[in-house]
Amino acid sequence: MGAIPTLLLVIVLAFLMVHAAPGGPFDDERVLPPETQAALEAAYNLDEPLHQQLFAYLSGVARGDFGPSYRYRDHTVSELIGNAFPVSLKLGAMAMLVAMVLGVLAGTAAALRRNTVVDKVVMAFAMTGISIPVFVIAPILVLLLAVRLQWLPAGWSGNEGVGRLILPVVALALPQVAYIARLMRASMVDVLSSDFIRTARAQGLGTAAIIRYHALKPAMLPVLSYMGPAVAAILTGSVVVEEIFGIPGLGQFFVRGALNRDYTLVLGIVIFYAALVVLFNLVVDLLYGAIDPRIRRR
Amino acid sequence: MISKKRAFVYLAILLASAAVLWQYSVQTVPEGPAVSVLHRGLLTDPESVDPHKARSTQAGIVLRDIGEGLLSYSPTGELVPGAAEQWNISDDGLTYTFTIRDGARWSNGDLLTADQFVFSLRRLVDPDTAAFYSQMIGDVVNATAIVAGELPPEELGVEAPDERTLVIKLERPVPYLLSLLTFPSTFPVHPGSIATHGDGFTRAGNLLSNGAYKLDAWEPGSVLALSRNEQYWNDAATAIDEVRHHVVTQEMTQLNRYRAGELHITGSVPPDNFAQVQKDYADELHIAPYLGVYYYGFNLTKPPFKDNPGLREALSMAIDREVLVKSITGRGEAAAYSWVPPGVDNYEPRRLNYADETQDERNAHARRLLAEAGYGPNNPLEIELRYNTSDSQQRLALAVQAMWKDALGVETTLVNEEFQVLMANMRAADVTQVFRSSWIGDYNDAHTFLSIMESGNASNMPRYSNEEFDSLMKDAAEQVDPKLRRLYLEEAERELLADHPVIPIYFYVSKHLVKPEVVGWGDNVLDYHYSQHLSLAPANAAP
Repeated sequence: MGAIPTLLLVIVLAFLMVHAAPGGPFDDERVLPPETQAALEAAYNLDEPLHQQLFAYLSGVARGDFGPSYRYRDHTVSELIGNAFPVSLKLGAMAMLVAMVLGVLAGTAAALRRNTVVDKVVMAFAMTGISIPVFVIAPILVLLLAVRLQWLPAGWSGNEGVGRLILPVVALALPQVAYIARLMRASMVDVLSSDFIRTARAQGLGTAAIIRYHALKPAMLPVLSYMGPAVAAILTGSVVVEEIFGIPGLGQFFVRGALNRDYTLVLGIVIFYAALVVLFNLVVDLLYGAIDPRIRRR
Repeated sequence: MISKKRAFVYLAILLASAAVLWQYSVQTVPEGPAVSVLHRGLLTDPESVDPHKARSTQAGIVLRDIGEGLLSYSPTGELVPGAAEQWNISDDGLTYTFTIRDGARWSNGDLLTADQFVFSLRRLVDPDTAAFYSQMIGDVVNATAIVAGELPPEELGVEAPDERTLVIKLERPVPYLLSLLTFPSTFPVHPGSIATHGDGFTRAGNLLSNGAYKLDAWEPGSVLALSRNEQYWNDAATAIDEVRHHVVTQEMTQLNRYRAGELHITGSVPPDNFAQVQKDYADELHIAPYLGVYYYGFNLTKPPFKDNPGLREALSMAIDREVLVKSITGRGEAAAYSWVPPGVDNYEPRRLNYADETQDERNAHARRLLAEAGYGPNNPLEIELRYNTSDSQQRLALAVQAMWKDALGVETTLVNEEFQVLMANMRAADVTQVFRSSWIGDYNDAHTFLSIMESGNASNMPRYSNEEFDSLMKDAAEQVDPKLRRLYLEEAERELLADHPVIPIYFYVSKHLVKPEVVGWGDNVLDYHYSQHLSLAPANAAP
């Protein structure tokens, strides 16, 4: 399990980097009187030497204690992450699902109707989805659908149910739909021209059946390889989307934490992300095995 | 013909979608009388709902709804009794005796008593609490020594001779003490609650309130949900049943949510489409003077600005503030020719010596001063201007850079830094020359602006040190007669302005969008808007 030393290294590096940034968690335009500053630092052990703080932090983490947030003084880091993660997960998972489904469908349709109007329209859409950044698309969606037409909520808090998810999920998924559609189209075109497909056609199988039983799985392999970067893109894209819609997810807390020099919160989220990435790589490996029997047999 | 299996699958999908959509579309209508809910936009989460551990203005907005100090403010901005129903002040101005309101209670029914205030004020200065505003009551007997850890909190000059009498003893007269006692840091906390729950006393459900509302729930990054505190002494006058403080950090998102009808009140207005907002929402836009000054400070510990008042004056003069507030900031800010903003109680700000000259006259005057300081076309002045990374700061800095170049031939290098980095550099006073900063007043008295310029004050960014100024401030502090005190303070400001340690640029304004159905909103210079003073009249809503 090379994961644990990697994780440890990540924590130590992140700890050093966070403390190296100028300024501290209690800085503000209102400079604190020296005694108050001293009292605050003592209360949070910030006046101890750095290696001592690091050791204290690591022992805390080993016990599952990620410390109090320096900025949100009523909440612990575990609590904040515990509240924020399900929100980001729901958002990210739905965006991933929407992106996969729509991307695969669009890419397949474009591949089947290669060089027709359908193909050109889908690929044009893919180009715009990739080139226009999320922070342009999202506010436009909000302005149109939430403010002007009032079909959907403009924000997160105080709105119940599925409705408040639609715009953020769409905003987050759109660039990924575009990438996946392009990938799928290219891959599907490739697969459709291979020998075993020609054989199936010769045996009289219809297009729908060919796609479903023979072409889809191999064509999806490149899309699966893209899953890693896609998740990363969704993680980073979620910061912008969460900011625009006011969603209390990990992305928002991460950025706020960095800007506020909220050391414990930032470190907690870094550790969390690192663990997630490790877990996700494992899942992808397993998925490969499930999809491609050749890999399984190895 | 589709197969049975496929039909089954389609039916299942259809039913599942129907279930999801039905969940979403059916609104559960609550039984009983309609509950009025006010939706306000907050710009950040409070640091804490413990009044001693909070510091931001946003935290203050929430705290003023769930707590009350000895005094409070009326909707029109006057000091009124709060948790104290009356008080008297000794002739020497050193002893204040408060009578706690008869029958005032916490949200759990416990009586509000004077010894709880003693406990709370001691906790405020206790170094273990590490309160941001412990120095707010720094003039109370022994307060400073306690904060420094030299005396135990029990030595603080506050006593409760009986359940309803609170006595505060001061080391020197503090004419603005009553307005200090409206500040959330001086709000009471419930000792029994802290004893039972420890740090967890701030959790929604544990937190007791002596204010108009109590905290029902707090989702960090999302919303704070408040509901009426029926035990509040003035609950009968509280019109709105529930308040939601929505944490929306982006001003643009607040505007969008306001336009979509999800917020009644926004915390601010984005600068970018301000002109459009002014046009479309003229009646709902509230711009009012605010107790804050935006300034450029000089680093007085190093050349070229050390011991060089003429040079500082030249740079100060060559800035056309009218152009800046009209074209660059453009949200109704006022050009600043004083240090203390207008609207401060019992005070008339002094003005910079060149305030009545035209800009051309000022530029000519500035060129002369620049030459006297030894700079000119053969020896151009090269300086650095630092500000925190942000569009609005950059625009202003670019404008000032251009003004200094055009009028004086000064070469200004612009350096933008992340806010925390700038703060650290300003405090170190090592690399800075000219830096952007601001000061927001804590209470409605000139002292909050002038005191930061005293030698050694932690917020004295320019490191200004003038014996005459310090002595005038000290004299002012000893005056009991408000008229005499005012004279000393005004003289101190005159002294400060003549020295030009800072370039005041503009005075802040508070900016909010307020829906027409909100009744009772009063613009005031502290930007305090207690939810308990507001009511909702749906009849006023726009069609």
